[in-house]
Amino acid sequence: MATTDYALRPAPQVLAHEVAVPRTRHKWLDWVLTTDHKKIGIMYLVLTFLFFILGGVEALLMRSQLAVPNNTLLTGETYNELLTLHGTTMVFLFVVPVMAGFGNYFVPLMIGARDMAFPRLNALSFWLLLCGGIVFYATLFWHPPQAGWWSYPPLSSIQYSPSGGQDAWIFLIHLTGISSLLGAINFYATIVNNRAPGMTWGRIPMFVWSILIYAILLIIALPVVAAAVTMLLADRHFGTHFFDPTFHGTPVLWENLFWFFGHPEVYIMILPGFGMISEVIPVFSRKPLFGYKAMAASIIAIAFLATLVWAHHLFTAPIPIVVLGFFMLSSFLIGIPTGVKIFNWIGTLWRGSLVMTCSLYWAIGFIMVFLIGGITGIFLAVFPVDWQLNDTYFVVAHFHYVLMGGSVFAIMSGMYYWFPKMSGRLASERFGKFAFWVTFVGFNATFFVQHALGLSGMPRRIYTYQPNMGWSTYNLISSIGSYVLGVGLVMTLGNFVWSIKHGKLAGPDPWKANTLEWFTTSPPPPNNFDTIPRVRSVEPMRDIRREVEIQTRVIQKTGGSEQFAPDREKHLART
Amino acid sequence: MSLMRSLLRAGRRPRLLAVVALVTLGSLVLAPGALANFFTPKSGGSPNADSIDALYKIVLYMAAVVFVVVVGTLLYAVFQFRAKRHPVARQIHGNTRLEIGLTAGAGGILVVLTIITFIYLPSIIDAPNSGSGGLALSASLTPAKPPNGKTLTVCVTGRQFIWRYTYGTGCNKQYFLERLPYSYQEMVVPSNTTVNLLIQSQDVIHAWWVPKLGGKVDAVPGYTTYTWFKVPSAGHYFYGQCAQLCGRQHAFMTALVKVVTPAQYTAWLARQTTLIREQNNQVAQLRQLLIKEGDLTSNGIF
Repeated sequence: MATTDYALRPAPQVLAHEVAVPRTRHKWLDWVLTTDHKKIGIMYLVLTFLFFILGGVEALLMRSQLAVPNNTLLTGETYNELLTLHGTTMVFLFVVPVMAGFGNYFVPLMIGARDMAFPRLNALSFWLLLCGGIVFYATLFWHPPQAGWWSYPPLSSIQYSPSGGQDAWIFLIHLTGISSLLGAINFYATIVNNRAPGMTWGRIPMFVWSILIYAILLIIALPVVAAAVTMLLADRHFGTHFFDPTFHGTPVLWENLFWFFGHPEVYIMILPGFGMISEVIPVFSRKPLFGYKAMAASIIAIAFLATLVWAHHLFTAPIPIVVLGFFMLSSFLIGIPTGVKIFNWIGTLWRGSLVMTCSLYWAIGFIMVFLIGGITGIFLAVFPVDWQLNDTYFVVAHFHYVLMGGSVFAIMSGMYYWFPKMSGRLASERFGKFAFWVTFVGFNATFFVQHALGLSGMPRRIYTYQPNMGWSTYNLISSIGSYVLGVGLVMTLGNFVWSIKHGKLAGPDPWKANTLEWFTTSPPPPNNFDTIPRVRSVEPMRDIRREVEIQTRVIQKTGGSEQFAPDREKHLART
Repeated sequence: MSLMRSLLRAGRRPRLLAVVALVTLGSLVLAPGALANFFTPKSGGSPNADSIDALYKIVLYMAAVVFVVVVGTLLYAVFQFRAKRHPVARQIHGNTRLEIGLTAGAGGILVVLTIITFIYLPSIIDAPNSGSGGLALSASLTPAKPPNGKTLTVCVTGRQFIWRYTYGTGCNKQYFLERLPYSYQEMVVPSNTTVNLLIQSQDVIHAWWVPKLGGKVDAVPGYTTYTWFKVPSAGHYFYGQCAQLCGRQHAFMTALVKVVTPAQYTAWLARQTTLIREQNNQVAQLRQLLIKEGDLTSNGIF
């Protein structure tokens, strides 16, 4: 780099160089044999987004069936298969592993490490996930499972689900469970041991905090469901009666075991999303995160409380009232740290200088829809009210607002934020914003009316309904909305695919961001960094930029709106 | 094509699109709002459903206030602090007082909500006495007990994919289950009478739910669960549906509750008893005939 250039536009010098990689003769073999956390991260993201598309198609088939009353597009059997495939895919093959994908790529970069603590274990995690997906989706050629993603016995027992699809579901839980568990141990070891010099616990980026807690929750919750599905497998094939009431077993045992895993799972799916939003909002507000300590503490508080709220899924099950009262209160409590997070995100936006990029659009969209999902969660926590709302479309609306609107919006925000780092190119901002609005409108049209459907008495998981129930209009709106939502998501994903080849070159730090992954080239070389800087605050890149300012006496561009505004020249002239 | 082009042109003006989106959303929210049950659960059948509805509305009002305040603040921040309007960001790291205040505020709302819930709870779970015009009843030893202990007991038994109702005290005992009058799918009950439901399942987990008659209760094999309802006047039908995925025809596991006057109920029960007895006799005669002709063995094998 010429010195004149440097004086004109000083920037932090990137200390990373391409090192010679031993290449095999075939490029694809490089991917299969790799232990590089970035390649594994990319494979995670590609695979999980493929499952996301599959799960989305299943959802659209179900919405098409429900668009009009007495529809005969699908039979009850096919519909039950689809709802089981959709739920299981989205939870076990999309949202949980996609977070592992982001974590894989960015945790080592953000903490200034060269790779994960156990690179080969990392590769094993990915391939086990793929195996789980193959075992599960192979049932499409025989009999897919039909008992829903909770698989409550006796419906999932050998008498009522005799096909091997239910066993494939059990093996999926085992395989993806081991995959996630190994991944979680790896994340934990990496974050605890491999941090850059000076990166104390108070200087860890919030996304890394969230992945740490995600890993701990996985380690707590997954063994429980692994035990439960093993018991189910033994019930089905080896003559045990854990869940069989005719032999003094009890289905309620399954309900408790499953949801003791299932509710932490909800936070496993959303906490990394919280972390992404906590990275995106400070960068595009040009402000430090509001209340860093409260944000980290609230993640830990949510994770702790997440293990104490499972029975709010069982408010209609045979359980004493006093127990219901306890779980109502614990579910209320979890609303407090969640509220703290929402306040602090808004606090970060407040008096900032907002650069309205696609990433920030999705982040603000996330806050809005997650807020709705959080508020309807309070309705459901009031157990007498839940007696009316449980197992209706109100619940479907609620958890799609937190999972689809929460996790997926956060994932999209994270994708726009980190896409330049992974691909070296910027995704199209203009098209991305258009796609955002299409998705946002489609999402709300699909799921907002589902609250009303539940309130007017439509149970979930029914494959058809009669025209005189008063549900037809809402269902039609919801189905049309789902197509709009589908189009919006296809446009968003298409934007990324198109931009891999055609996007504008990003450079190492297009957003003028705060964390260490922006200290290296885009995409980073296999060794990530040649030199790891000493970390002096929670925003090391900001410190480095300030250092450059002091040394060169040239004010660093904030990387503000001048980069992305359509009237770029005018803006530059004004400032 | 021109629509596509104008949409794309709108895409260049995000603020216009934002307004379009908000208007669409708003109309989606408000247009069907005129219809019943858009914002509240069903009620108007039984007092417990009415109490749940009242409790729900309190939660709804509190939630609406929180939603409007938070979204209002968020949108104000987004429009007011854009880089163009607000080029220099204030470097604030936090505000401990404000954070503690907001956390305490959120906690306070939840404490209020808890208190309100426990105020409403008795009216939802405790059954009242039957009205003066209701059916004359004997006391029974079943969980949902009104103050004078008198209810009409109906056993609700779920199985793939139909509900069976057995009428009368002791219906959860096998001996009585075989001898008491019963019906399928359509339940007939007297008005102004506290009806106590004992809910059981023969196969998989089902959930009993008639929205206007109160909350839902799971029917879990191996357990008996309870709920109750009391409809003040006769001449009503209430529709319900199984709420827990129970298999391929889950969508068709429906329930209908027909409310008649106590006199009509007594008459219906007598007629139903006679009908069942006659049918049983006919079946017995047919069985004898089949055995005599050699089509059926005496232990019932074709």
